[in-house]
Amino acid sequence: MRRAGTALIVAATVVLVWQGLVWATGVPHFILPGPLRVAAAIGDNIDLLGEHALMTLIEIVVGLVLGTVLGAATAIHLCLSKAARTFILPVLVLSQAIPVFAIAPILTLWLGYGPEPKILMTVLIVYFPIASACFDGLQATPRGYLDLARSMGASRARIMLRVRIPASIPSFATGLRLAAVYAPIGAIVGEWVGSSQGLGYLMLLASGRAKIDLMFAALAVLAVMTVVLRMLVNLFCTHALARWLPNSDADRA
Amino acid sequence: MGEQELFAPLSLEVGAGEWTCLLGPSGVGKSTILRLIAGLEIGGSFSGTITAGDSGPVASRVTFMAQDDLLLPWLSVLQNVCLGGRLRGGKSDPARAMDLISEVGLAKQADQMPATLSGGERQRVALLRTIMEDRPVILLDEPFSALDAGTRAAMQELAAELFAGRTVLLVTHDPAEAARLANRLYILERSGLSTATPPESAPVRALNDPSTLVCQAHLLDILRQSAWRRPA
Repeated sequence: MRRAGTALIVAATVVLVWQGLVWATGVPHFILPGPLRVAAAIGDNIDLLGEHALMTLIEIVVGLVLGTVLGAATAIHLCLSKAARTFILPVLVLSQAIPVFAIAPILTLWLGYGPEPKILMTVLIVYFPIASACFDGLQATPRGYLDLARSMGASRARIMLRVRIPASIPSFATGLRLAAVYAPIGAIVGEWVGSSQGLGYLMLLASGRAKIDLMFAALAVLAVMTVVLRMLVNLFCTHALARWLPNSDADRA
Repeated sequence: MGEQELFAPLSLEVGAGEWTCLLGPSGVGKSTILRLIAGLEIGGSFSGTITAGDSGPVASRVTFMAQDDLLLPWLSVLQNVCLGGRLRGGKSDPARAMDLISEVGLAKQADQMPATLSGGERQRVALLRTIMEDRPVILLDEPFSALDAGTRAAMQELAAELFAGRTVLLVTHDPAEAARLANRLYILERSGLSTATPPESAPVRALNDPSTLVCQAHLLDILRQSAWRRPA
């Protein structure tokens, strides 16, 4: 509860500084609208914002879930197979040399203007941090645990399932927290490149029509969505995964 | 690659149903011998044979316990005691595990997580996990050396009681522990392996037993000489 209180105070301070800046500099509202104007714009366009926000939210969540599952599966595969470590791992690392943003137009070209290329962008952005965090976690299983399990006659599959994976959950949680922050970037960039729906599209549209307060309204909605998503992921980590996390992690909400 | 011989050729015999203690300073390869017997990786090459008296397999009849209790932090005390069954996917015997847990005075903590236990309690749980494996040969790698003196003495007695009738090979750097528990005594130094005579009485010997104290002093003497001889 105290954390929530602190967060509210910080948010209120940001809004106050923002409004103060607008008053003090007298900057015109079509360059930087104050928070009151933005709030009004949200109120006026609530249906429009809701409709586009829903689309973006779906893209983010589907992309996050798919990227997480694929990333974790890749990590397990890498950990189990030496061939995969030899051939797939370098490709994975090299793939990070290409900025995901740079391939957004290609994805749109291939997959069209619907939600699919945005979901794929999100998957791509989420995939690497999850895969690398999980892989590190799986590889870092304390040697003593593995010796113990082997001396007990456990099969490789059971060691993976009952020792390596549980021992890697703290790393997975770290990756997931990162991924939750990255995921909206993928969806928004995908929408900028070409779409007819979503908050990214709405921002471009508003900008084109000089509706700067609507642009800021969309941005504010996106920011709230990202913060809420991160909070939910944190809740998931601290509650559903609590058993596997070291105690000090419990108060990291 | 820089190859280095860890230990000179040696031969070690362990008596069935007895406690054999392997005493030596840190870093001479005592643990490596245990790892070899348990069939674990040693990060080097080994030439030699490890055989059982009945020429059956060795590694699969062995269970080990280390200085680190190796309790899995995400499992409760009871689940940790039953770990072997979980890992083999077969049946574990929770009723027997519960009996053992009550026997060592941890009944109230059975459903707690290891993080809530003291070092001595954790090592008791590790002891039970080891006994639940029901293997005839038990390898102990300095299991009590991280405990305080009082807890250590109590754990030595508990281990002797629980492991009665099994073949135990205990690696330790503590002469007092070796003098208390050994039926058979080996000393591993850089120069090689030698034997020593344990007291005549049966283990576990009392902490204040005169012949045990004499043996302990004698062992300490040997270790100190070897420390002098060690190259600087």
